[in-house]
Amino acid sequence: MSSPAVALDDAVVTRGGFPLLAGVSLRIDRGTLVALRGANGAGKTSVLRLISGLERLRSGAGEVLGIDLLKGDRRELRRRVGWMGHDGSFYEDLTVRENLEFAARALRRPLSDIDSALDTVGLAHRYSTPARQLSAGQRRRMALGWIIVRRPELWLLDEPHAALDQSARDLVDELILDALGVGVTVVISAHDDLGPRLAPQKVVTLSGGRIAGSP
Amino acid sequence: MTSKSSRWLGWSSVVLLSVTAVMGLWVTPPDVVQGDLVRLLYVHPALAWVALYVSFGTAVVAAGLYLWPRTRSEQMDRVSYCAMEISVVFIALTLVTGSIWGRPTWGVWWAWDARLTSTAILGVFEVAYLALRRANDDPDTRARRSGVFVILTAVNVPIIHFSVIWWKTLHQGASVLTSTGSLNVHGSMLWTMLISFVGFTTLFFWFLVRRVALESARGARQHAALDAALEMRRREGVG
Amino acid sequence: MIRVAWLVAMKDLRIEMRSRVLLWQVVPFAVLSLVLAGLALGPEKAGSSSSAPGLFYLVVLFVALAVVQRSRGLESTPGTRASVATLGLDPAGVFLGKSLALTLELWVLGVTLLGGSVLFLHIALVGALKALPNVAVTLGVMATAGTLYGALTTGGDGPVTLLPLLTLPAFVPLLVAGERSLSAALYGGPLWEWWVIVVVALVAYAAVGIAVYGVLEES
Repeated sequence: MSSPAVALDDAVVTRGGFPLLAGVSLRIDRGTLVALRGANGAGKTSVLRLISGLERLRSGAGEVLGIDLLKGDRRELRRRVGWMGHDGSFYEDLTVRENLEFAARALRRPLSDIDSALDTVGLAHRYSTPARQLSAGQRRRMALGWIIVRRPELWLLDEPHAALDQSARDLVDELILDALGVGVTVVISAHDDLGPRLAPQKVVTLSGGRIAGSP
Repeated sequence: MTSKSSRWLGWSSVVLLSVTAVMGLWVTPPDVVQGDLVRLLYVHPALAWVALYVSFGTAVVAAGLYLWPRTRSEQMDRVSYCAMEISVVFIALTLVTGSIWGRPTWGVWWAWDARLTSTAILGVFEVAYLALRRANDDPDTRARRSGVFVILTAVNVPIIHFSVIWWKTLHQGASVLTSTGSLNVHGSMLWTMLISFVGFTTLFFWFLVRRVALESARGARQHAALDAALEMRRREGVG
Repeated sequence: MIRVAWLVAMKDLRIEMRSRVLLWQVVPFAVLSLVLAGLALGPEKAGSSSSAPGLFYLVVLFVALAVVQRSRGLESTPGTRASVATLGLDPAGVFLGKSLALTLELWVLGVTLLGGSVLFLHIALVGALKALPNVAVTLGVMATAGTLYGALTTGGDGPVTLLPLLTLPAFVPLLVAGERSLSAALYGGPLWEWWVIVVVALVAYAAVGIAVYGVLEES
């Protein structure tokens, strides 16, 4: 049996003296879809940031894609995850294509993937538009394009359906299903139900920086 | 460090500095040229020694040990921080006593002398360091950035020193030891200076020990506050 | 490391080319500062003062702060920081790339300000040209140091006000060495000491930056 994509044991994350996560234990198997649910401030984004290597583990233990969160190379981990945050921020003065090119070059991915990625996320006609001129929905599409170009093993999507119209939501769902189809692990944080097309193998409800109901 | 050894450091510095005061004010003779002004030399060089070498050196070594992954610990960050804080005080005293000596000697309170200028710039670096620490809430971020800043300052100090020396220098050269290595001062004056150096160095280490103890207590309180916050956060989840 | 440095430098320069902040905001500010410096000297001294090299570097120094602030700001929003952090770029390469882009931007400013000094402060054109290599290296050190100090102020409270406080003391030897070497180029005098200062500073900042930039990024 392969090692899990994510294994957290009593993980605590703090920032400025405030415990963002107060002891999360969680196991996510490879190639599965997991949904993180919970109210605002419950710790959903913090779990995603911890898994992505963006936050430091203060105490407890954790391993993501075989990399130890305390002693391992978090930079290497970050290269292997695809992160889509709330605001999908990029370099505002670079065009859509230039932003994707930067990511592809940074990770030595083929530039030939960029056009098809833009086509897939419906931004082919906006390739030369500076990021600052995109609408909220288009920014999220660009974030998805960024992930497609990067080809990560683990997708971490923070509220991926927020600010999207129905067609864009369908697109997100389709991309997630495609990714799952090729063995990628996907973790999504969401306030609401994921919709009829996405059936997560596991739904984890967070509350007070922990998994609800944990002792 | 135990409170016994801390007390020992404290009493030693009080005794040594009292001896310095008595010898400096009453036992040693006035200088042929500088008169009673020479008595500042029992204070100023020792203050500068502690400010520029002992305290700043301690801060640099501790910052280096913090940044080195194998020796990284909160205690190293605390030592570096406290040594820098004390260094600010000693640098201020160095500048004030230097200025008091400079007014009758050079005719001005401030001269664009190499040592004076580079010491003042080091003082600005140290104030900037304190500002940097205040700007970061997260203890780990604060410690890392502070450590790097101390190392950068250490790299800067000799560069600044030489640049200002080459720029212009008015400061008198070595006066206790001549270039040939022979002694150039009256015996009691030399002893007074030596006692003053040891006294102020001891005082620094006493300050450091007490200040680090205070900072450790504050750290323990922050850990306790974090534990309480964790407990509250967990209850938030249960409720 | 070199590949990442090149990638980051090209990205920063492309952003600059697109936004034209340097051209439309910083260069006019620099020229205005030079004119103000001339006005501060008074009508008699403005065109014939030996203070011109000092004023030139004083203006360079403050304008450099604005450019460092701008460079640091490119990745200052939490969202952009997160997006870029997940690329896992080699920090030494990022440091060198940002320093390189900043150096090129400062060179543009340096040449503009030297031209402005010839025009407004009446320094000799030949002297200004002779000083160019030293000015170029000095600006390179400012860029390298600025990149490091800029990284120290990312996030945290009051980065806009903190950056000058952290950076200006480090610019002191560059101000001194730059002013002296420009004076030497214009009016004669020893030069090698000032080359020593800027070269040693460049090597020191580059070495420290390569070694510790990762520590700063992780914080």
